[in-house]
Amino acid sequence: MTQMPEVEQLLDRMEQGLRDILEQRGISDPAVIGIRTGGVWLAERLSQRLGLSTPLGELDISFYRDDFSRIGLNPRVKPSSLPFDTEGRDIVLIDDVLMSGRTIRAAMNEIFDYGRPGSIILATLVDLGARELPIQPDIAGQVLSLPSSQRVKLRGPEPLRIELRETGE
Amino acid sequence: MTAQGPVTKSLQLTEEGQLRHFLTLDGLDRALLTDILDTADSFIEVGERSIKKVPLLRGRTVVNLFFESSTRTRSTFELAAKRLSADVLNLDINTSATSKGESLSDTLLNLEAMASDMFIVRHSQSGAPHFIAESVTPGVAIINAGDGRHAHPTQAMLDMLTIRQHKGRFEGLKVAIVGDVLHSRVARSQIRALQELGVSEVRVIAPATLLPSDVESLGCKVEYDMTRGMKDLDVVIMLRLQKERMEGALLPSEREFYRLYGLNREKLALADPECIVMHPGPINRGVEIESAVADGPQSVILDQVTNGIAIRMAVMSMAMGGQMADRNRQLAERKSQ
Amino acid sequence: MSGKNQQSSSSLALIGGRLATSGEAVTVVIRDGRIESLGQPDVGHTTDQQIDVSGCLISPGFVDLCCNLREPGNGQKGNIASESRAAARGGFTTLCASPETSPVNDSGAVTNLILDVAAKKSKVRILPIGAITRGLEGELLSDMSGLAGAGCVAMGNGSRPVRNARVLRRCMAYAQTFGLTVMFAPENQALAADGYAHDGSVAARLGLLGVPEVAETAAVMEMLLLAEETGARLHLSQLSCGRSVDMLREARGRGISVTADVAMHQLLFTENALSGFDSRFHVRPPLRSEHDRQALVAGVQDGTIDAVTSQHQPHDSAAKQAPLAATEPGLSTVETTLSMGLKLVDRGELTLPRLVHSLTVGPASVIQRNAVIKQGVPADLCVFDPDGSWSPSDDTLLSAGRHHPFPHQSLPGVVRLTLCNGETAWTSEQS
Repeated sequence: MTQMPEVEQLLDRMEQGLRDILEQRGISDPAVIGIRTGGVWLAERLSQRLGLSTPLGELDISFYRDDFSRIGLNPRVKPSSLPFDTEGRDIVLIDDVLMSGRTIRAAMNEIFDYGRPGSIILATLVDLGARELPIQPDIAGQVLSLPSSQRVKLRGPEPLRIELRETGE
Repeated sequence: MTAQGPVTKSLQLTEEGQLRHFLTLDGLDRALLTDILDTADSFIEVGERSIKKVPLLRGRTVVNLFFESSTRTRSTFELAAKRLSADVLNLDINTSATSKGESLSDTLLNLEAMASDMFIVRHSQSGAPHFIAESVTPGVAIINAGDGRHAHPTQAMLDMLTIRQHKGRFEGLKVAIVGDVLHSRVARSQIRALQELGVSEVRVIAPATLLPSDVESLGCKVEYDMTRGMKDLDVVIMLRLQKERMEGALLPSEREFYRLYGLNREKLALADPECIVMHPGPINRGVEIESAVADGPQSVILDQVTNGIAIRMAVMSMAMGGQMADRNRQLAERKSQ
Repeated sequence: MSGKNQQSSSSLALIGGRLATSGEAVTVVIRDGRIESLGQPDVGHTTDQQIDVSGCLISPGFVDLCCNLREPGNGQKGNIASESRAAARGGFTTLCASPETSPVNDSGAVTNLILDVAAKKSKVRILPIGAITRGLEGELLSDMSGLAGAGCVAMGNGSRPVRNARVLRRCMAYAQTFGLTVMFAPENQALAADGYAHDGSVAARLGLLGVPEVAETAAVMEMLLLAEETGARLHLSQLSCGRSVDMLREARGRGISVTADVAMHQLLFTENALSGFDSRFHVRPPLRSEHDRQALVAGVQDGTIDAVTSQHQPHDSAAKQAPLAATEPGLSTVETTLSMGLKLVDRGELTLPRLVHSLTVGPASVIQRNAVIKQGVPADLCVFDPDGSWSPSDDTLLSAGRHHPFPHQSLPGVVRLTLCNGETAWTSEQS
């Protein structure tokens, strides 16, 4: 049984990574966007830690998912909300678990429909590998390698913890 | 209440309870109606972006199949389909095939040969979209854009969305529908939606000649006197009156109708002060409604128009998604056998 | 059953059956087309052929006052050969052919044509109903005397209303002159207008154009008054409303000479059959409320309604393949009429003797005929197994009309043998 890491520790690492990369790129006022639901919880905390003033963006990628043609529309879709102009903006995109890369592709497509951003930095709590698209995170709290029968899920919002699940496959 | 018809239910819903056609609100429960409203809320947000388009129906062909012309309704469906990235074909059938004696079944076969994925159907006969949904090949979604006197479910749902935006709830609301209920598909769908969503009272206000014979069986209260009927209302929905009604000996004159059932400031003052005024359009000013009311602070008629696109995007994407999920399930089942 | 040489048999014994009305065990001996004797089951017989009908009930052949054979016509919806064969399978030995053919049966020539074809193609007896107005237009009187002379047993207007009360009055008076029975389906056309469904809760919910009950009851009242005044022998066909039964009962009480029938499907189905826009159940008059259905069943049970008909209306499939309002009215019922009746018996709504009466003696008396099983009468018999069951389907139905009410359902009652004039019109061994 794999020991699940503590979220707070991973957030520390993500915070540090973000500070480094923002400084390196000379970005002082990025806009943070969380992908629902886990990404939003993380984005809230990171935005606070970084002391950012721009209100948080929340993305629901249901309208952009590439599995619509297989499973139909997610009945729990909620409106996305980007309370800032994305045009030319430097964006930090935050998700909880990165795997195939399909969610990130959908999220980037959606962001572009609001306007052309200046840049996007991708930060993820856990990177499980198993990529199906050429997408890599700029910052990952932890890289994990799991057997194909296992998945992780972020539980929250208070406290945040990572849960290991058997897929039954 | 009479049976909702299990036929309709299974025709509209997949085994998993997903929408696959949208023909009537009969047989759809509160949870599903709420899903439609919630999904539409998300599409309203899409309409506020610089690019008002999502890729859900990319590569799909949507055919506007209008056997009865209506530029307004057709345009909102067209815009909704385009915002879902679908290809749209507009066909006004009353001017083409059927007037040459081609049967509806034959027309459909021809359209299916064009590999369409969805038909938006408006027809002058009640039940026509049901008939089409029963005859088309599986995988093609049918959306009812108004059939005879039967149903206009997208219009009713956009009205529900408007009510929810302004009232925040359905519980406890008193709603009246005023005017030509007999000929109104909108009214039938509204009554059904309001009841399923749990308002406390639906009144219909009209002279007996403009009400269906057994209107009480729909579960609404009948009121002939509008001044009495306006009391305590939270929502008043005015219906459009067609000029033909005078010829059919249903009404003596527009003037008398307006005097008795037209909504003016005096009558509106009898309702709750927060009462909102709705009308499916197009409005006959001075026949159903006074201009000062239609353009007044309590009127939400223009919100209805905006909400119309979002509701149509919601049901189109939900039904198309249901069809595709259905097809996938069947493919998987076939593979596993 | 052993049923060889049916055509050439000049004598036949049905052994082991019971009479449908009394339940009495009986052996029926038929010779030269007539019932020779009704004997004790154990008595031996010397007949050319003996058929074991154990477990079956023997009834007089059924008489249908309202059957559409679609001939003359364009043939797409059926013809005398196909529909009479279907009727024989349903246990009918006498069919009153509706005048609503193309051309309409409003002349002796058309009547003769029908009878000629029937003689060649039909194994059951076909009795045409003459059109009471020319072309069924409801305006000019037809040659009623000539039609009767050619073989029409009654005069009617099919399912088409006579709009004008003055014409209706004269139709009755003229028919009365020759002692002819007039058959009308009561419908006030102005009130029925473009309706195609009962003006009740289902029409309210589905937005269907309604035919109010008063479209029938106003016409029933008008016809009863006109019959009373003219002295015509009136038969009201295809009733659908409970109130009509009340008025009929009351008129009979006053001594008006009036009889009536109802279609079997009106006793079984209600307006709810149209939920889901099922075009098969688009019938005229429309299926009405449960209250009406119960009143109609009660009317059959207490004899106020004399006859139950099939109101068989075969259609080609295209006639039913359209939005409800655009479809043609009518069900294909002649093969399932008995089974529908047995469903009512099973449910305890109708007694078996009353069911049999309403399919035999009742309708026969309307056209001044008889339908009994006794020595010396022509052997028109229906032998059915009340405990048997069958499933009508597109493949098994004989009628050209496949729009029957019970797809994929098992129905009670199988007709084993139908004899008309002692000849086999149908035996279940054929299938």
